[in-house]
Amino acid sequence: MAPALVWLTALMVVPCALVLALAFFRRGIYGGIEYTFTLENFGLVFDPLYAGIFLKSARIAGTATLIAVLIGYAAAYAISAAPRRLQPVFLFFAVLPFWSNYLIRTYAWIVLLNREGLITQLLRWFGYTGEPPSMLYTEGAVIAGLVYSYLPFVILACYAPLSRLNPELAEASRDLGASAMTTFRRVILPLTVPGIAAGAVFVFVLSIGNFVTPALLGGGRFQMIGNLVYDQFLTANDWPFGAALAMALIAIMLLVLMAQALAADRASGRAAEAKGNADG
Amino acid sequence: MTHSFARALGMRTILVLVFAFLYIPIAVLVALSFNEGGLPTAWSGFSLKWYVSLAGNSAILSAALNTLIVALVSTAIATLLGTLLAIGVEMRRQYGKGLEALIFAPMIIPDIVLAIALLSFFSMLNFTMGLHTIILAHVVFNLAFVCSVVRARLKSFDWSIVEASADLGASALTTFRRVTLPVILPAVIAGALLAFTLSVDEFIIAFFTAGAGRASTTLPMQIYAMIRFGITPEINALATIVMAVSITALTLSQRLNRGIIGQ
Repeated sequence: MAPALVWLTALMVVPCALVLALAFFRRGIYGGIEYTFTLENFGLVFDPLYAGIFLKSARIAGTATLIAVLIGYAAAYAISAAPRRLQPVFLFFAVLPFWSNYLIRTYAWIVLLNREGLITQLLRWFGYTGEPPSMLYTEGAVIAGLVYSYLPFVILACYAPLSRLNPELAEASRDLGASAMTTFRRVILPLTVPGIAAGAVFVFVLSIGNFVTPALLGGGRFQMIGNLVYDQFLTANDWPFGAALAMALIAIMLLVLMAQALAADRASGRAAEAKGNADG
Repeated sequence: MTHSFARALGMRTILVLVFAFLYIPIAVLVALSFNEGGLPTAWSGFSLKWYVSLAGNSAILSAALNTLIVALVSTAIATLLGTLLAIGVEMRRQYGKGLEALIFAPMIIPDIVLAIALLSFFSMLNFTMGLHTIILAHVVFNLAFVCSVVRARLKSFDWSIVEASADLGASALTTFRRVTLPVILPAVIAGALLAFTLSVDEFIIAFFTAGAGRASTTLPMQIYAMIRFGITPEINALATIVMAVSITALTLSQRLNRGIIGQ
């Protein structure tokens, strides 16, 4: 196991520590790095211009997460309600697109959404004669691309607790007079929160740091945090500021993961309590 | 009765809509790759000409070769290191928090962060970048994935048979070859296939660690450049081939893993 740990240390821990250190230096006049300690780069992250990009990234990632969870949960619920022998088949085909190339899945949306794409063709076919709608290179296109890319994982995450759900619980709830809606809200939903949380965290974390989807579906000037980091390293040549942005991204990610751990703890606590009440 | 009928209909509608959402974009792409005219506006007949024109595109062929080299070498290294790591961790059953974090980190660090970290690292060391630096970088996340697949298999492994083998006089190597390896082999192959697919598809880290010049362009980098340029029927054909390859590899990997669960 030693070689693997050396590899991870040399090519992950050390480079990441280097980026952290880089964030405290100054950008040289000619684009290099000047080795004097400064907190300027972190100050710049909170500059309205860049803070705005953080907020926009969070808004886009949040919207994509919400939509992916709604669709993914519904899909997982429908799969778990299907006949037992069909469930693995449905699940396999729900996850299959996830294993094809990310760039290609994103590109597929360019083909669908561009001005002469399938959607415009369909509109024409239904008799629409006006200007083709501009759907590509919008925030909506970016959100659609993110939902499409990460939906399979949400389905997988939500299916796990749904398939383990004891059907007698829902029956008991209905026998005791609860409506289908109440049963869902008070029994099924709370027991499947860990799956929803895992799926939501996955979509949010991968979306907020995403660089490919905004670059391809948002158009050239569309920026999220990932694109900003990319620019600092490859075009603006301000590595210290890029490093500070990357660290801010990591900080957001850790906060989200901690929130998930907390939510999972509370959910398991509630489940234990509910079980205690039922047993008592 | 009518209630459960409505419910079944609702469930079926959800499934149809979700699968349509998941598969229509891909299906359109695949269909267009066989479209004679190449335009997304009209179907002008079945043709393989875009596949033929791909075969004559030297930039794509050299990118495909680069990708194959990177994927094969990084998968081989990652499979070896990841398997040994999994055995080491599970055999000693020392689950330190720091160790777990170190093994888990490559799977959750945003690609862009690992990419810029490696770029900074390599350029500060004045390391010339090329295919070898992409391989070094790909091993980082690949070994984490191999390790997690193999560890899952080892969780149910009875280590007393390893002791028994040693007590009966087998050397450590013989024990590994005759006892441990046969048990974990399906997981090792499944992990290797997963690593191979991840490496073939990986774009961002390769993009940042490939260095200047076109010599070390990988297939995803080539695809990205083509997509930014616009829609061409050649990308549709290339996309169809790439999807077919990764879906085949992953389906195999899944089967092997299901074999493990079935045992």
